[in-house]
Amino acid sequence: MARKEGLIGRKMGMTQVFADDGSQVQVTVIEAGPCTVIGIRTTDSHGYDALQLGFGAKKKNVSKPAAGLFKKVNVAPMRVIREVRLEKTEKLQGYQLGQALTVEMFAPGELVDVVGVTKGKGFQGGVRRYGWYGGDATHGSMFHRAPGSIGASSDPSRVWPGHHLPGRMGGDRRTVLNLSVVRVMPEQNLVLVRGAVPGANGSLVMLRKSVKATKAQQAQQKGVEKK
Amino acid sequence: MDAIRLVEAAQLKKDRAGFAPGDTVRVHVKVVEGEKERLQVFEGIVIRRRGEGGRASFTVRRISYGVGVERTFPLHSPRIERVEVARRSRVRRSKLYYLRGLAGKAARLKEKRAPLVPATAPEQ
Repeated sequence: MARKEGLIGRKMGMTQVFADDGSQVQVTVIEAGPCTVIGIRTTDSHGYDALQLGFGAKKKNVSKPAAGLFKKVNVAPMRVIREVRLEKTEKLQGYQLGQALTVEMFAPGELVDVVGVTKGKGFQGGVRRYGWYGGDATHGSMFHRAPGSIGASSDPSRVWPGHHLPGRMGGDRRTVLNLSVVRVMPEQNLVLVRGAVPGANGSLVMLRKSVKATKAQQAQQKGVEKK
Repeated sequence: MDAIRLVEAAQLKKDRAGFAPGDTVRVHVKVVEGEKERLQVFEGIVIRRRGEGGRASFTVRRISYGVGVERTFPLHSPRIERVEVARRSRVRRSKLYYLRGLAGKAARLKEKRAPLVPATAPEQ
């Protein structure tokens, strides 16, 4: 379970920026936060430690149960609610209900993970979906992009569960690990991370401090930025 | 302004507009040699401009010692000190790839008779 502080955001799109040495860096622009703390989960009361965050104003069609929830913590209704788990109960200290978290929690050079839902590709065959090689297009080949054999015969007389076959592709939750933060623009709530992130432009993403980066990796990233 | 334009706006160079395909330009490029930085000039014909905003680039073609050399520069690169227009020519398309197949006299372009204004001023 990923346990690091994070923010809810929206993928705005990709572009490139110039680094100090004049080289171009491909970046994804993410509008992240401000996220309001609307709930705090503790081991004592809920069995786990997490922050419940809200993102984006919601003006219309606020259901009565939702309205009650927001009223309890005295904040305006929000469109998106997500929880981010934290590794220790102590980490919850310093967070209060109604507090706004912004992109200032990230610094250039830091490594972050981005979680998003990939673009839906519809119903795809095995060649596209799983990278099967397919057969020859010509030379009398009578096998092109079909699945081929999907198992043995009378024993077991069935297809093994989980066998790769054509089907719906994309629209899966995916996490990209260890993208480095290139720039933080607090006034616009924007974060620029190096590389691509899952999902279409405008789709919802979660941005969090890197879960798997070693201290050495983090230090190296920061060193690069200082130069 | 949308977020992408906003990010790009910060690095646009305002003085990089005054040339088009067909123009002969002198691109002053900053080159780092060891510790020192100096300016190198690459002169040739602009055969292509592409992209928009901070991602725009242009390609300059020249014949160097009998060999065609093309260099593509990011239009707003901080490595470019300035772009000077030496000559303007009349061309009828936006991508002059046909010049690649031509050499010598055939690869000439007809000069545009227009008042020549300095396209770029050195940056502050």
